[in-house]
Amino acid sequence: MFKISDDSPGSAQLLLGNEAIARGALEAGVQVIVGYPGTPSSEIIGSLAPIAKEMDIHVEWAINEKVATEQAAAASFAGLRSMATMKNAGINVASDFLQHHNLSGTGRHGGGMVVVVCDDPNGHSSSDEQDTRWLAKSADVPLFAPDDAQDAKDLLKYAFEISETYKTYCVLRSFTRVSHSTGTVKVGELPSSKREAAFDASQIITPETPFIVQLHESAHKRQEKVREEFESCPFNWYEGPDKPELLIMCSGSGSPCSREAVDLLGLEGSVGVLKLATLWPFPQKLIREHLARARQVLVVEETDPFIELHVKELVADSSDLAGKVKVYGQGSGHLPHCGELTPDRVVRALSRFFDKEYVPRDTDYAQKAQEMGSRMLVPRGAIWCPGCPHRASFWSLKEALRKDHRNGFAVGDVGCYTLDIWPYGYHVTRILHGMGTGLGLGSGFGRLGRFKFDQPVISVCGDSTFFHSSVPALIDAVHNNANMIAVVMDNSITAMTGFQPHPGSDTGAAGDAANAIDIADFCRSLGCKVAVQDPFDIKGTTEKILQLLKDEDGVRVLVMRRICELLRMRKQRKEPYNITIDESKCKEKCTYCTEHFACPGLTLDKDSRKARIVEGVCAGCGVCADICPSRAITKEEVK
Amino acid sequence: MPIHADPLSLVVAGVGGQGNVLMARMIGSVLLKNGYLVTMADDIGVAQRAGAVVSNIRFSQRRRYGAMIPEGHAHFVVGLEPLETLRMLSKYGNPGVLVLSNLRAVFPAGVLLGRDKYPELGELREAIETLSKKSWFLNATGIALELGAVVSTNIVMLGALVGTGQLPLSRRDIEDEIKATLPPKTHELNMKALELGIGAIQ
Repeated sequence: MFKISDDSPGSAQLLLGNEAIARGALEAGVQVIVGYPGTPSSEIIGSLAPIAKEMDIHVEWAINEKVATEQAAAASFAGLRSMATMKNAGINVASDFLQHHNLSGTGRHGGGMVVVVCDDPNGHSSSDEQDTRWLAKSADVPLFAPDDAQDAKDLLKYAFEISETYKTYCVLRSFTRVSHSTGTVKVGELPSSKREAAFDASQIITPETPFIVQLHESAHKRQEKVREEFESCPFNWYEGPDKPELLIMCSGSGSPCSREAVDLLGLEGSVGVLKLATLWPFPQKLIREHLARARQVLVVEETDPFIELHVKELVADSSDLAGKVKVYGQGSGHLPHCGELTPDRVVRALSRFFDKEYVPRDTDYAQKAQEMGSRMLVPRGAIWCPGCPHRASFWSLKEALRKDHRNGFAVGDVGCYTLDIWPYGYHVTRILHGMGTGLGLGSGFGRLGRFKFDQPVISVCGDSTFFHSSVPALIDAVHNNANMIAVVMDNSITAMTGFQPHPGSDTGAAGDAANAIDIADFCRSLGCKVAVQDPFDIKGTTEKILQLLKDEDGVRVLVMRRICELLRMRKQRKEPYNITIDESKCKEKCTYCTEHFACPGLTLDKDSRKARIVEGVCAGCGVCADICPSRAITKEEVK
Repeated sequence: MPIHADPLSLVVAGVGGQGNVLMARMIGSVLLKNGYLVTMADDIGVAQRAGAVVSNIRFSQRRRYGAMIPEGHAHFVVGLEPLETLRMLSKYGNPGVLVLSNLRAVFPAGVLLGRDKYPELGELREAIETLSKKSWFLNATGIALELGAVVSTNIVMLGALVGTGQLPLSRRDIEDEIKATLPPKTHELNMKALELGIGAIQ
């Protein structure tokens, strides 16, 4: 089976988009790759970490995206090629550095540096539909947008060349349908030589005040040179008739969706497709050349009208084009400005433009499918796994806040515990935003007492989130003596994104020994009152939370410590308990364990109307035995 | 008579943990070896937490197609779970679509918690039959359980897919793929699962 480190140039392999990006990094001779996990970007480092030793490269999961980017930049300043990887939301964390590094550049002998960011239109695994192309424009750095796995690999190599030639970091913007699609990729050669790191200390690299305006100006001059490169870049291509009736300009998902739509409507003779891969600086000459083909343009791109606005600007500013070229797209209502682009959405845009009817499938069939679907299809929503420690933790939080009678609530964070606000959660969490915001918002509520705010607020974060960006909020709360309860749900891994290590782990990404930082000790060292609880001890945990709610003095930290159930299953195959239900004790139609505790390992038997264990689903954690009001569920330790 | 279409669009749907992503990857790998340009997309979402998992596989001799299948344009739907088979037909089905479906239900969380009702299996099967040109059903989970390894459900399904004779995948191709990609200690079991899957169709 092919490994991304195999040297078999010219062979066709089946690679996940993120594996293709990882392969591209190897082919480009990248020696330092650092990132923070985040869907859909995690598999880039996920596939490089296992081969880091054999390839003699440095691969690391950093504490957050900003630190990852800084590490990559350090390697680049020292002459190595480096890459930082992150998801859409992650680049916001890295931005403070990236919006300065754009001006200072990579230095005199700087190695190429590329920031790979993976957007998530439709928010498949994100809480935003951020279009990161604007951030590259805002920083005024070269921006590359691949449309499939092969394109991503090759474009990344090209981005490193540009980065090294023009001494600036570049941004490669992938997205879910590239990163998480698998496709045929023709692989290239792996370089045989390695660079040695050294920094030319005769230079000063900084965008600080004395240099700022001059650097700003040179950044613009640099971009003009990059623009010239982009005007003839082979990654931008045109397919279609010489003089089409309609010219599609597209990028990313726009290109496969447009080609598909043209096929489906049989418009090959009337529509041309210009695919753009180098988006910033905007290749104006290239666009002008293609505008000579057609006077009507449809821009097909995902999320924001990035290309569309730049084409409109170009047309408006050109006396020969203004008023003559008509640009359609999101502005004209032909394409949506949110949600994912699909072939069908482009088909609808083209049908409207050409006034051509499109029937996706037999109408009688469509009607039947619609009728049967709406009658039978029940949703399959996400729920905490059977045996998940978070279910127990939130159960205790819910119970404690209920007994406290002061209308309290939790402020959540990003991780598996986010499922509390999903349909099958307990909805203890009432406010939830980005990474690390649980503690910041919670400590903010803790300052409102003087304005008569008297509801208890519990801040929640996970272990990886704690390190990522909760720590500054915690220190701030301690320093300012805020009234705050912080609950850290420590399941010993970054579970949501696929089990990456974090600073609390004793091994790093590539399997090397690492220094594990104990969250409880760390919080104690700050002067917080710290307690550690096993969330499966429902009674003890609930009592502990009630105590913390009454205390109201300073920062109290409760670490709920229990390993992620999926990780436990990997380590020990057997379940901890045998669970049985005594039917004589179980009250008919009680549904406390099925409806309220909501564990998929329990269901209501259709005939007896009593609870039943779902064999093969129940993980034997035994928590239900402790919450059953009739004591009908018993747990017996598996020896 | 195998399907003739370029691109050919195949959907493999199931529930997190059923192994349909691995199954799709094996199919894709065989198609690549057989000379096709392959594109696949996995819609995983938060599947580890009991969600639906869909893999699209598209292959062509002409060009690398996008992984997203237009509505109503699947040629073949493989369902490792019958409700998921119907879900895919409601989106990608058409009067010419072929279907292979496991009959063993995996109840969604909402059904287990008593909030939703899972359709009667007979009614579900009937709907799948109505919405397909031809359909094959088997209890792949039952066959895998008899083998003592429910994790082989996907290989039983792969065998059944070969058994339909509709795709450019031979038994030999899959055997080679099992040997190349799965751990050696599971080879014997998976070869048996493959054989039983083929047998369940013919």
